[in-house]
Parts: sequence; structure tokens; C-alpha cells
Amino acid sequence: MPKLIDRVTAINWNRLEDEKDLEVWDRLTGNFWLPEKVPVSNDIPDWRNMSEAEHTLTMRVFTGLTLLDTIQGTVGAVSLIPDALTPHEEAVYTNIAFMESVHAKSYSSIFSTLCSTKQIDDAFSWSEQNPHLQRKAQIVLDYYEGDDPLKRKVASTLLESFLFYSGFYLPMYFSAHAKLTNTADVIRLIIRDEAVHGYYIGYKYQQGLALASDAKRSEMESYTYDLLNELYDNEVAYTHSLYDEVGLSDDVEMFLHYNANKALMNLGYPALFPSEICNVNPAILAALSPNADENHDFFSGSGSSYVMGKAEETDDEDWDF
Amino acid sequence: MSAIVYFSSASRNTERFVDSCDFPALGVNVRRIPLLPADDPLTVHEPFILIVPTYGGGDARKAVPVQVKRFLNDAGNRQWIRGVIASGNTNFGEAYAAAGPIVARKCRVPLMYRFELMGTREDVTAVRNGVAKFFAEHPS
Repeated sequence: MPKLIDRVTAINWNRLEDEKDLEVWDRLTGNFWLPEKVPVSNDIPDWRNMSEAEHTLTMRVFTGLTLLDTIQGTVGAVSLIPDALTPHEEAVYTNIAFMESVHAKSYSSIFSTLCSTKQIDDAFSWSEQNPHLQRKAQIVLDYYEGDDPLKRKVASTLLESFLFYSGFYLPMYFSAHAKLTNTADVIRLIIRDEAVHGYYIGYKYQQGLALASDAKRSEMESYTYDLLNELYDNEVAYTHSLYDEVGLSDDVEMFLHYNANKALMNLGYPALFPSEICNVNPAILAALSPNADENHDFFSGSGSSYVMGKAEETDDEDWDF
Repeated sequence: MSAIVYFSSASRNTERFVDSCDFPALGVNVRRIPLLPADDPLTVHEPFILIVPTYGGGDARKAVPVQVKRFLNDAGNRQWIRGVIASGNTNFGEAYAAAGPIVARKCRVPLMYRFELMGTREDVTAVRNGVAKFFAEHPS
């Protein structure tokens, strides 16, 4: 475990060393939310109409996500603080740690709205016993307890940007089928936060890497792809243990590839999985981002249709500054 | 001549995408909108396609980076814009690549393409080929 920092100076937000710290702080605080604001109880009728298998799957997926959020809230984000390059970076990690605890609590809030105590207890005891889930937690925890700040950031970014997605798939799938749409709204808020967390920790990783020797840089690149592959193999096994019964494992794997690529990009590395195996089901993509599947590929159309309008004066309040 | 004008924050995602496209090899100039307010503003005198990242997930009015707004507020620059390519992250839901439609509407030019973060190989190929074809067909 990294030791706590031993000297603190009063943080001065009027003297920034890295503008990104304030930009991300503003984004995170601007995005602040609490699960109590989302009317999850409106999902009770849907929940009652779902099968027992769907209930079990949902609860297992959500306990798995709870475990990851708990790790990130109480160990992961906190373990990054002693490695911070600026006091503002330390402050951003405290925000990330707190929001991870909000995320972890959200699942309990969903459970208490929809499920019986017996169902909840069963799901938590399943999460203690699923070897793939436990292994994923252990791999990440080991790096958090290690002594390499760069490796900690890689593990943390992969958690934020990759390891959650085998779980996030399910509420997006239900939402695409008009089920548990309020629950999906909670998950979308979590997904939005994780994007900023992964982006920021990945950015700080790249800042740290820029100060490292060529040999260290090359070691870190191999390490990152190795760790991703190790986690990926485990994610595939975890995915099968959850989704085989409902026949969705292949679809989930596409989503894993797509998100693994994005996790690598957050770390500044090129995508690994080729596009043929990143074809996320359009319904899932639309549940994630409603306009993502609109065709904005102007280049694949006929160039002759190009018509340019007269540019508007850019003097709106929201534009001019 | 024609150009790609882009903005990239310190995260360098857009910079990496633009570098991967290797536009100079197509005879297309590459110009970067400066990051810092103290830097000299960029002025452009040739047709260009703008590549802009989105500050995602929050207030839609903040989706377009302030440096890009400053660049486009210069009517001399704005007259040369021919299209916009936007990047973002689908995690931001409806706000995915939101800077693209905002600039397209403002400047009345097509939103030509969207990609995530630093783009995939497929994105690089699509944009590289698309830009080459577009400027061949619309040289001025």
C-alpha cells in the first residue's frame, strides 16, 4: 500500500500547475448527482413482470458492479493521492473516491426498491463466491497495493474504462427492451462519471509517462497490454458465467472489445481489437447514446450533394464570450 | 491549398488522431488552434475542415472548447470553413460529440464524421480518404 503523503500545503486553486485539474474538477462537480433523485420505484411493475432468471442475473451483475465501485472508492482512487503531481490532482481524486461510493450505494438503493432481503443476501453471497469476480478484484487490488505509481494508474484506468462494462451491458440491454428504464437512467449517470474518471486518470498516467525513461515507457506499454489481456481473459470467463444462460455472451463480448479499446485510448495507446469484433449491438449503443448510430459519415455518401449555407454570425450568448 | 484545422487539449487525443491521418502527405496543410490565451491567435486564409473535440458530459453550452469558439468568432477564419469532424465519447449519452452539430449549425456546414477519443484505425482511414476526396472535388 502506498503510504500517505507526509506534508501538505494549503491548496491554492488560484495558482494552477495543470489546467486540466480545474477543468475536470468543474466537470465532476457539475455532474454531481444522487440516486435518490431518480424515480427507480417506477420500475417496480417491470420488475414484477420479469422472470426469476432475469432477477437473479440483474442482482448478480449489480453486486459485481458494487464490488468494483467499493474497491475504487475505498482503495483505488485513494491510493492515487500520494502519487499526485499537484495538490489539485489530489483534490480531484477525493471527488472521484466519493463519487465511487455514491455509485456503490446506488446499487443498494436500486435493490432496496425492487428486491427482497433474501434476494439481496443471496446476490451478495454469490459475489463472494464467483471466482472470476473475485479474481478481477484481486488483480486490481494487487496493483493498488504495489509500489509503482504508473502501474497503479493503468490498473485504475482499466477498471474505470473496461472492467465495469460486462455489468453495464445488462441495464442497457433491458433499457433497449423498454424494461427498467429508470434503473438504466441511474446506470447512465454512473457511465458518464466513469468516462471522466478514466479520461483523467489516463491523462495523469500519460503525464507521468512523459517524465519516464525510454526503457520505462516501453516496459509500461508491454505491461499495459499484458494486464489488459489478463483482465480480458477473466472478463470473458466472467461474462460466460453470467450471460450464457440468457444467450447474450457473444453480444456482451463485442461490448467488451469496444470498451477495452477506449480504455487503451484513455491511456494514450492505440486500440487493440479490430472493428469486426467491436460491432456493438446498435440497440445497446442507442441505449448508451441515443444519437450514436445516426449516420454522420458524410464521406461515405456522394460528395456531389455538398451544399454550404451562409455562416451565421456567431454572436449568441452561448457562443460569444 | 486546403487545410485541416484542429484543436487538441493537453490530453492530446485529437492531436494523435490528426497525426495518424498524415494529412501533409495528401497535400493538405495542418493548422492547430493554440491552447493558451497568451498564444498568438490562428488565422486561416484557405478552405478548411475543422476537427474539434467535445468537452463532454456537462453543460451543452460548454461542449465546444473556448479556444475553438474564439477561432470561429473571427469572421475572416469562419468564411473558409467547409465542414466539421467531431470527437467525443458515447458514455456522455446525448452529448456524444456534441461540439460537431453545434459548429455545423452555427457555420452551416456539414457534420462530416464523428469518432471517439483518439479514433480507431478505421476512423483514420475513413477520414483520411474522405478529406482527400472532398478537397479534390471542392478545391476552393
